[in-house]
Amino acid sequence: MSSLFADPGSASGYFGDFGGRFVPEPLMAAVRELEDLFTAAWEDPAFQAEYHSILTGYAGRPTPVTYCANLSQDLGIELYLKREDLTHTGSHKINNVVGQALLTRRMGKSRIIAETGAGQHGVATATAAALFGLKCTVYMGAVDVKRQALNVFRMRLLGAEVVPVNSGSRTLKDAINEAMREWVACVEDTHYCIGSVMGPHPYPLMVRQFQRVIGDEARSQMHEAIGTDPDFVVACVGGGSNAAGTFTAFLESDAAIVGVEPAGGAAVGRGTPGVVHGMRSKFLQDEFGQVEEAQSISAGLDYPGVGPEHAYLASIGRARYEAVDDAAVLNAFQVLSRREGIIPALEPAHALAWVLAEAGAAIPLGSRVLVTLSGRGDKDSEQVAEILGGA
Amino acid sequence: MTAVSIPEEMALEARLRSRRAGGAKLLVPYVTAGLTDDWVRVVEAVAAAGADAIEIGIPFSDPIIDGPVIQAASQTALERGVTPASALAELGEVSVGVPLVAMTYCNLLFHAGFHRYAGWLEEAGVAGTIFPDLPKEEAGPWAEFAAGKGIANVLLVAPTTSEDRARAIAAESRGFVYGVGLMGVTGVREQLAASAIGVAKRLKSVTDRPVLIGVGVSSPLHARQLAPHADGVVVGSALVKILADGGGPEGAYDFVSSLRQALDGQ
Ligand SMILES: Cc1ncc(COP(=O)(O)O)c(C=O)c1O
Repeated sequence: MSSLFADPGSASGYFGDFGGRFVPEPLMAAVRELEDLFTAAWEDPAFQAEYHSILTGYAGRPTPVTYCANLSQDLGIELYLKREDLTHTGSHKINNVVGQALLTRRMGKSRIIAETGAGQHGVATATAAALFGLKCTVYMGAVDVKRQALNVFRMRLLGAEVVPVNSGSRTLKDAINEAMREWVACVEDTHYCIGSVMGPHPYPLMVRQFQRVIGDEARSQMHEAIGTDPDFVVACVGGGSNAAGTFTAFLESDAAIVGVEPAGGAAVGRGTPGVVHGMRSKFLQDEFGQVEEAQSISAGLDYPGVGPEHAYLASIGRARYEAVDDAAVLNAFQVLSRREGIIPALEPAHALAWVLAEAGAAIPLGSRVLVTLSGRGDKDSEQVAEILGGA
Repeated sequence: MTAVSIPEEMALEARLRSRRAGGAKLLVPYVTAGLTDDWVRVVEAVAAAGADAIEIGIPFSDPIIDGPVIQAASQTALERGVTPASALAELGEVSVGVPLVAMTYCNLLFHAGFHRYAGWLEEAGVAGTIFPDLPKEEAGPWAEFAAGKGIANVLLVAPTTSEDRARAIAAESRGFVYGVGLMGVTGVREQLAASAIGVAKRLKSVTDRPVLIGVGVSSPLHARQLAPHADGVVVGSALVKILADGGGPEGAYDFVSSLRQALDGQ
């Protein structure tokens, strides 16, 4: 837990040059309170016990690591999947939300708000709100409301209010803007449950800690399976929470660490440093610093920024960040379905697409590769069916 | 001593302090740069109507503390091709006779870099900056750099800011202290929030620096209600709404005149 790489974020809110707390003064008291509360809770055995008992008894942890025999043979590597798709609500987002819902209760707040892209974080938040008896409002770009209709229905069924956001690019970035605006007005009784390792300190650190269960489990599962660390650890990167949660456990190992971004939203790969959404990180932006719109088939990765820890890991060379295009993602979506009987979400299909493309190239034959399968593809089936013409 | 490029009589804090000493309540209207073709005429009209300083909003793609009116105005200006450089260059062509304060989000500052950004400000004769997403803990390097150029970096205090913190922010702020009148984004409000007077009183009790209250200050009545408790007001969305509705320089002049009269007790 006291890894070299964890220290920057925990001490000052900075991961190297990235991170910080760039919030308007009206929110400062709330983020400081959250920092104190989180820090205390994280050290509190009672909190840890309750958090882990909910992850186990309600969310279905630990999730297995699955060896993909068919694809391994096809590719000439050993492919292992960390199965976050098998959690309750169908993605890793639940890990973070359970933690933040517990904090919300500790703060005595009665309402939780969230932004969502693919709807997975919104569904997870609505789920935890139902479980904890909290009121819940989810902000979602109007474009995403349309392409992730199933999740909109699920959120409403769970009792959440879903607010379509019509400003800007009408996707995740604008949903975050709107959630922040709403939060300023109701911060007294409302917690803003950010869905990724982004935003002002303590969010990037806190969400990473709530997601590190992915990597902590996976590392010991890999040791059980192969007696050592994998050669490659690969995860998709939107804001970067499933990736950060996976990578943390492997930072001090010899594994090569690879984050995979969508070609149209590669903030680490193509972005430049900036300060947006409360953090100094890397963003797609124009020559004057206006934030540009990301373009991705996957609503969950359609974000022009990235969590500060990833900008940092890239800057020190501990992780590398690669990009794949929509066509490769659609292919990976189908390949995993047909060869392994696992329908992945479009987001982790990015990570798979990179592995499919690089097996035998950047990934030497015989390598042992761990991919975090951050979610399942039910939510994407309608969209993909439309693109593929009924598949 | 560093060379000061803002003329002494246009320095923000000196100007506001001397107006206050003369018994005036301070009026700082906000105009979105590049909203219309004639936006610089609007700035002149606002000055002529009795503004003590003018906040120039430089449009940003992701204005997280702005409500629908200023969001829409920013979007319109961006679609018209306005950039920080072009907006400030246009301003530099006129001399309005009151200090100008450039308000925007800090990504534009960091992206340009301090030298380039300060260069634009100096050419435009801008006397101060406001970055609502650059809190005290992060503002230091820019505030110091700007001060070296005679540019005042204004900090914000909110209804949720503790008294100790308010005192510390006021001590570091330059030009004036911006008291955020309510917990919420900018926008036109029917009634003045009770928190506006609360913030004003708290700030006046901890600082001698000019205290201006903005956000949710929308009408001459609001300005009059605040006048006994603050040194002045910032009025944004209500004016921008008039401009977005096509009010032009005349509409701006009339509205700002009405605010001036309210503050002057007429
Ligand atoms: C299944 C899945 N994976 C990944 C992501 C991207 O988020 P992050 O990069 O924070 O893991 C999302 C976001 O919606 C998602 O639903």
